[in-house]
Amino acid sequence: MAKNKAGQQTFVFAQKPFILSMAATVGPKEGAGPLADYFDVLLPDDILGEQSWEKAEKKMLLQTIRLALEKNELEEKEIDYLVAGDLLNQIITASFTARELAIPFLGIYGACSTMAESLALASCLIAGGFANKIVAASCSHNCTAERQYRGPTELGMQLTPTSQCTVTGAGAAVVSLQGSGPKIDCATIGKVIDLGIKDPSDMGTAMAPAAADTLLQHFADTGRKPDYYDLILTGDLATVGSNILKELMQKSGVPLGENYNDSGMMIFTKKQGVNAGGSGCGCISAVTCGYVYKKLLQGELKKVLIIGTGALLSPTSYQQKESIPGIAHAVSIEGGH
Amino acid sequence: MEREFKNKEYKRIAQKFQPKRAILRNIIVSFLVGGFICSIGQLILNYFLIQGMPFKEASGLTSGIMVALGALLTGLGIYDELGKFAGAGSAIPITGFANSMVSPALEFKREGFVFGVGAKMFSIAGPVIVYGSISAIIVAWLSLLLK
Repeated sequence: MAKNKAGQQTFVFAQKPFILSMAATVGPKEGAGPLADYFDVLLPDDILGEQSWEKAEKKMLLQTIRLALEKNELEEKEIDYLVAGDLLNQIITASFTARELAIPFLGIYGACSTMAESLALASCLIAGGFANKIVAASCSHNCTAERQYRGPTELGMQLTPTSQCTVTGAGAAVVSLQGSGPKIDCATIGKVIDLGIKDPSDMGTAMAPAAADTLLQHFADTGRKPDYYDLILTGDLATVGSNILKELMQKSGVPLGENYNDSGMMIFTKKQGVNAGGSGCGCISAVTCGYVYKKLLQGELKKVLIIGTGALLSPTSYQQKESIPGIAHAVSIEGGH
Repeated sequence: MEREFKNKEYKRIAQKFQPKRAILRNIIVSFLVGGFICSIGQLILNYFLIQGMPFKEASGLTSGIMVALGALLTGLGIYDELGKFAGAGSAIPITGFANSMVSPALEFKREGFVFGVGAKMFSIAGPVIVYGSISAIIVAWLSLLLK
């Protein structure tokens, strides 16, 4: 029997890794949103004096990782591994960031579930005795995602009400075997679920079944109920997807209560013209590493379940009329005191 | 078979939560904005005609000015905001065609002038040109046959 496994799909860490620090950076639009006070850095613009959006995104991730290290006065050489990913083809943001850092690098891709995946993998490596300190990080940039998945940023297109706005944001966490602070308690790894949704401007609908599947499995594996947590936070289902998730959970006999929320709905207000809400790796990364982390430190939240939700599509796959596969990973974090 | 059922069932559940497109609002707004853009074109055309310019030259020059306006507004970051608001109203007039050429040109300049600007400039306008030309040829043949 695997000693760190519960039920079908859940890692349970015998020795719970600590989160020594988290840092969150967001772009100007997110900085004008309701969670602005919780982020460490609000960027003044999207380009950061760089030659391209891609270079700006890399700079944002690099600065966020360095800030997470600075918070603990850690140097790069004290970090064993960097586990990071982003939305761009060949995850160039994460790997080009790693080029600047003297830290061995594991690049991962889970679309917008990447932050949860990186926290889960970092925790495994630490709990398994393979590392002392790991940085888990993820980010997205509105303009790089826009030009990769949709069209040029200056193209005048009308968006549908189910569409979402990719968040410009980054989050980084230093996960450690020893120390103090919030602890990573367990993580449920999700299956890829595809119920035939093909509209790339409605990713909330495409991802909701994966989120429901992972949540149900998490509760089955751990024996917990939704009210065990102070906050159950999905990544970027936004208004459409999170309402569908609530309905699916209700139908499955595990209704979600007032403690449920979605990062894509929290990071913007409706007035910001984002249709269904925010999306992207940066959405849950910034909300977790900004809002959730600060609430955990303040003691206002004690038990939090974050569920990164990813739509595993590419422009090629949807142009070839493939449906959109969804994935969701859940990570349970406990307050430190 | 079971999967097929599940997919259909899911679409039915999901539909309840998907906001509908505001089709009536979109039609009215696009009619008004599209009409406004065309009125500007008409004003320019009339101006040239009053100045005594022959119609063919005046209409060519008017199209040129509208394209330049569309390109300028794209460069200033105004046309994409207009597009979000007006939809087809700003996409269909010739200014929208300018936007569809200038926006990729701006966007992909960073990938160089050959494989960036040169190759990507027609990524949105290309299909319009291809199917526009094909339609023109079909209509021309039909009109020739019906004569």
